[in-house]
Amino acid sequence: MTTTRAEKVRDAAYRMRHHILDMGEVQGQGYVGQALGVADLLAVTYADQLRFRADDPHWPDRDRFLLSTGHYAIALYAALAEAGTVPVSELETYGSDGSRLPMSGMASYTPGMEISGGSLGHGLTVAVGMALGLRLKGRHQRVFNFLSDGELDEGSTWEAAMGAAHHQLGLLTAMVDMNALQADGPTKGVLGIEPAEEKWEAAGWFTQRVDGNDIDALLAAFDAAAERARPVGQPSVILCDTRIGRGVPLLETREKAHFMRIDEDEWQLCRDQLTEGHEGAR
Amino acid sequence: MTTATKRLTTSAMIASFADPGQRTASAPFGHALAALAERDDRIVGLTADLGKYTDMHVFAQAHPERFFQMGMAEQLLFGAAAGMAEVGLVPFASTYSVFAARRAYDFLCLDIAEPKLNVNIVGGLPGLTTGYGPSHQATEDVAIFRGMPNLTIVDPCDSVDIEQAVPQLAEAEGPTYLRLLRGKVPTVLDEYDYTFRLGKAAVLRGGTDVVFVSSGLMTMRALQAAEELAKHKVDVAVVHTPTIKPFDAETVLAEVDSDRLVVTLENHTVVGGLFETVASAVVSRGLGKRVVPIALPDEFLDAGALPTLHERYGLATDTVVAKVLAELDR
Ligand SMILES: Cc1ncc(C[n+]2csc(CCOP(=O)(O)OP(=O)(O)O)c2C)c(N)n1
Ligand SMILES: [Mg+2]
Repeated sequence: MTTTRAEKVRDAAYRMRHHILDMGEVQGQGYVGQALGVADLLAVTYADQLRFRADDPHWPDRDRFLLSTGHYAIALYAALAEAGTVPVSELETYGSDGSRLPMSGMASYTPGMEISGGSLGHGLTVAVGMALGLRLKGRHQRVFNFLSDGELDEGSTWEAAMGAAHHQLGLLTAMVDMNALQADGPTKGVLGIEPAEEKWEAAGWFTQRVDGNDIDALLAAFDAAAERARPVGQPSVILCDTRIGRGVPLLETREKAHFMRIDEDEWQLCRDQLTEGHEGAR
Repeated sequence: MTTATKRLTTSAMIASFADPGQRTASAPFGHALAALAERDDRIVGLTADLGKYTDMHVFAQAHPERFFQMGMAEQLLFGAAAGMAEVGLVPFASTYSVFAARRAYDFLCLDIAEPKLNVNIVGGLPGLTTGYGPSHQATEDVAIFRGMPNLTIVDPCDSVDIEQAVPQLAEAEGPTYLRLLRGKVPTVLDEYDYTFRLGKAAVLRGGTDVVFVSSGLMTMRALQAAEELAKHKVDVAVVHTPTIKPFDAETVLAEVDSDRLVVTLENHTVVGGLFETVASAVVSRGLGKRVVPIALPDEFLDAGALPTLHERYGLATDTVVAKVLAELDR
């Protein structure tokens, strides 16, 4: 039996979701809901799209992955553990004293972290510089930037969006987690950002919008972006509508919150639901 | 990882620095602002997607028509606050200190401070009040803001300071910056003969061996350390300077100008904060007096649990006591 790309990604996402729950339990709370929501998206990125060497995060020929949404580090750590850059055994130090894996990763000491996170709306500006710089040096690596719907509030994101289109950074791909949630509540109540596709299109980007928990749709969108990727061309954005808590019904149905409260006795239940759901889908 | 061993963690942003069992008041800023707005209809509240995290949600619930959610857009937050002040309103605009100081500085400077507008900047997580890491630790906010002409800077110790400061900030004509303490905020200063007066320092207790000059939550630690030091037969005076700028040099220098050991205590980097404020006042007055700083190092700090970090960087009460005893050769 041959494993399809989609199956490989689905299995990676499943293991990443377990890592996320394990890390979440260390803190007792945190960005577990968001991370479960983007596990499919990061699994596609790391297990299918990104060119990197797990054992050499500084490999000069790597594609760059910038996590602009610093608090999503829990999701990236899961992807890095799945990839082999971070030992799985280290995940239990997440957010703890002395850990290399703080709640927002730091470029200076977190493995696999290209930029220091925590202040939102920075990533795309740095990505523009990386794409310009790599092109100037004659290299054809791609630059991926992950951002959240909340980051579409920041002027800096749109400064970068226009800059990328102006400079025709065709090797730059942005992915946006459209989870419809921000710190003070649902995105539409905090600052309306729709129609988001039209905004990106107007800024000059090749724009796709997909169900961010549909792995086939994600693969198709990333493939379409890859196909168009060239040193001088249109930058690509993939807007991904994701479901908070995805894969764990208990959390999918819980009231959406930036800090989702999960009680001590619920973690095992979450893990059991995740496992059941994955096995049921086989 | 089914056997979850409990280790000290960051517990996100909302770590409290209240000691176990300490008296606290809940969201003193939000309640004080809501109460003030009852009597003053010029008051408006704004935030940049951090209402729940800066206690502004209390005001928002009490006065929904005077609350403005600006989204996570700090430049817009302060530009819009300037616009509201230009048309006669008195805005209180909240975000975390880092994002006010680092992200929106240009807007604060030109749109608010230069025209001397009555905009009140409310910054959560000042100094080291979160274990989240450098993105959220505003270790240099005072250093940044002290350079801004016309700006009044207030570093409250506790809920008493905050409750009493809010109406005075609104009353003051120009712009102000409040180093907000949020959530369950310790109540300390009601045990002293003290009221907050904008621009004034206050001697909370006298002492013959050492003078502590402190602001913010470090005044709480200074008072605790003074009690501890008394057990070592060291008699410590505590001068609380909740207004950092303009600085009440009169009150502070009157205490500093003695043969006692002078120690400044601040929840801020040693660069550009209370220590340098006191030191420049001392030098300007021509006092040949040594001043010992207790402050954060000039570094990007670690992430981790807040008590661990206060211990590591010297803000914990026991590290203050140890430092003073060492200075005194005891
Ligand atoms: C520049 C900046 N402003 C404010 C914050 C505080 N903050 C952290 S997460 C967040 C919500 C942003 O929306 P989003 O990333 O979509 O949130 P989520 O989906 O994780 O709830 C805010 C306002 C920040 N980290 N950076
Ligand atoms: Mg969101």
